[in-house]
Amino acid sequence: MTLKKFAVTFALGSMALLTAGATVSTAQSHVNSPDPLLGTPSVATETSNIDGITGHAESGKHLYRRFCIGCHGPDGNGQGMNAQWIDPKPRDFTEATFKCRSTPTGTLPTDEDLYNAITRGFVTTNMPSWRPLNPQQRADLVAFIKTWSPRWAKEKPGASLNIPPETAITIESILHGRELFQKLECWKCHGPEGHADGPSAATLTDSKGNPILPFNFSTGERFMCGDSNRDLYRIFMTGLDGSPMPSFADVIQPNDAWDLVHFLRTLQVALPNQELTLWQTYKAAHGKDLKPIGPDSAGGAQ
Amino acid sequence: MPTKFREGANPMNIKWSRWKTILTCAFLVLAIVLCDARAASALPAGKVIALPMFARKYGLPCSACHTAWPELNNFGQVFRDNGYQLMNDRDSPIWQNPSYFPISFRITPSWHRETTTNQQVDSVPGNGLGDGIGTLTQAGFDLSGMDLWSGGTLYKNISFILLPSSDPTAVWHFESAFIRFDNLWHSPWLNVKFGRFELDNLISEKRFLFLSANGGLYQIYHFDNPGSSNNFGYGDNQIGVELAGHSANSYTRYSVSVLSSNEGGVNFTTDVVPGGTPSNRSYDVNLAFSQAFNAPGTPGESGFGLERVGAFAYIGQRPTNYETELGAQLVGINNKPFFRIGFAGDLSYKNLELMPLFIYGHDNPYLGAGVPSTAPLPPGAQAPTFYGGFLEAHYYFNPQNVALARFEQINVGQQAFTNTSFGGSNGNITAVSFGYRWYPIMFSRAGVALDGEFSRVRTIGQEPESGNGTGVVGNPTGAVWSNSIYFGIDFDF
Repeated sequence: MTLKKFAVTFALGSMALLTAGATVSTAQSHVNSPDPLLGTPSVATETSNIDGITGHAESGKHLYRRFCIGCHGPDGNGQGMNAQWIDPKPRDFTEATFKCRSTPTGTLPTDEDLYNAITRGFVTTNMPSWRPLNPQQRADLVAFIKTWSPRWAKEKPGASLNIPPETAITIESILHGRELFQKLECWKCHGPEGHADGPSAATLTDSKGNPILPFNFSTGERFMCGDSNRDLYRIFMTGLDGSPMPSFADVIQPNDAWDLVHFLRTLQVALPNQELTLWQTYKAAHGKDLKPIGPDSAGGAQ
Repeated sequence: MPTKFREGANPMNIKWSRWKTILTCAFLVLAIVLCDARAASALPAGKVIALPMFARKYGLPCSACHTAWPELNNFGQVFRDNGYQLMNDRDSPIWQNPSYFPISFRITPSWHRETTTNQQVDSVPGNGLGDGIGTLTQAGFDLSGMDLWSGGTLYKNISFILLPSSDPTAVWHFESAFIRFDNLWHSPWLNVKFGRFELDNLISEKRFLFLSANGGLYQIYHFDNPGSSNNFGYGDNQIGVELAGHSANSYTRYSVSVLSSNEGGVNFTTDVVPGGTPSNRSYDVNLAFSQAFNAPGTPGESGFGLERVGAFAYIGQRPTNYETELGAQLVGINNKPFFRIGFAGDLSYKNLELMPLFIYGHDNPYLGAGVPSTAPLPPGAQAPTFYGGFLEAHYYFNPQNVALARFEQINVGQQAFTNTSFGGSNGNITAVSFGYRWYPIMFSRAGVALDGEFSRVRTIGQEPESGNGTGVVGNPTGAVWSNSIYFGIDFDF
């Protein structure tokens, strides 16, 4: 090949590149922001502290762009390009409202709450477990998430719920929990058998107005905010902010709360557990004496 | 001699080649500048979000699973190790809208220029004598082969991959086809894969970022000593069964594979398209183990990233003779062994990724000499060995822009014959590659990458593993230089 031929080849290649670039450019000309996180507030100083690890928002910003932006969006408002196909919808970080917390309803979660949520993922949603990211990366993401709302600069997270030791799993505890399930009208959403078919179930919406279903205990699937009895205790004592699930911290005493936990486990008929075994034995002998849960059972389910 | 072939051309040593080098570099720089200019002006970085079939299923961006597609990051590795499952309620096919079909395609239109020196040619076109030595240069627009991926879950914890793949002329074969039973007895340590698949390579050649004729393969993954009848390539997909396991975050991984000794061939041959030589009846074993750990970095700062190191060994056999009928080969027999051992790493320092690999190879003397083991070894025959490896570097400016570089060196440790007239360096390979990939589109439904590369391979006295030569070396004691300049638009959907 002569120099002239090579120069021609070079020119042709360059023109091809230009043409390709121009074509792509034209096709995408409706987008005008070169920085996907242009609207991010100043992030340099935001940090998180999780079990001795300090997360840095500036590092988390790069991770957010790589892993999170598709669903939670470049503005952190849950309007990522995939959000339209996702149900439940991605979290809107600009509201700083989080379902899974150890803190009282209406307060900000702790750094550890956010870290645990990222680590665990939400099993009934599109949010996967990000355990493959190392602890430092997850801590960095927590720090960055906190830059989306001014609440983090103005408020402190609430105090973590103090969960007393679990009481013994007895039939009395389960029966008392059943009474609470009736009395607190949990059945109105979750249904008398925990099938998510209570009379209010079809009308529920989240804080964004999107339809939302109550948890269906009968499938045996894991809870969104953890799968232990302590997690279940925490869920109804702190509530799931942003959803219709309220906090019952003001109406249930700690020991009563454990009774409710024990009864709720009996609704998980597809998930073998100690409470269910005890309950099924009891029901086989005394089932006919039990009042059904529901509107006709005012005054106690037993 | 026609101007197409220039006798004795060595692009490294003459003034003319300096011009080519300068222009080549200018071309790549221009490509990079243009890419970045576009990124800064109009492209959808703000909405950026790899196999799109998985991205569509889970609604995740390509960058969630890939450092830069198709290379996996640790999240993608965990996803793959779990049998293409995120281990949530979205894994089972029952969750999918009936209109979803797990299929993706990938192809790369390109322009490229290939130059190979020291090639045997006809000194006068058409004389059919092969009496000249020249440089073969080809350039123009082209197509890559095409991958037609399908993969996912058949049921919770039962996954599959089916990959019909074609070369640029649309000759199809099954590059991968396997079913995998995941998390047996609810343990991530027990997974069984059955079919045709890539070996459990810490550094995958199937999911790497180079595309050019010379840069688009790891030389050492396909190297065999000069003259050896061994056809094994570590980078080639094999056929068999694999037991693999991993920790929850895939920091610890292992695999044990039992494979037919036929280089992944089908229909009892050593190839995936018609015409392959018959296979033998023996089996090979591949072992792989790797461990990752977090490098904490400077106190008060975020960590360096994930570091992974691993080791592997392949013990195999190949036939030295064949049962025949009327001279036609039927079944390979008189097997003789060979092995490959090595170690590799995938190291990161913030946005820089370094991937070193080393392999040592050893063949039985009968394989090296290419003679039946039923006959005496020829005089001077000995066990051929080789060693070598590469260091590949990636720098990620962001999830959409990555610069690439690789240096590779393979040395023949021991030639197949002590009395070779070609010298101890016969077959040695030195290769360098540089590239840049820009991903203007990384949606969860499709991906586009612009790929610019320059790659250069020197092979001593042998036809190179790569490039576009004539297939015969002109001067068997000289070096063959093979260069690629490449620009492609890599897209998948």
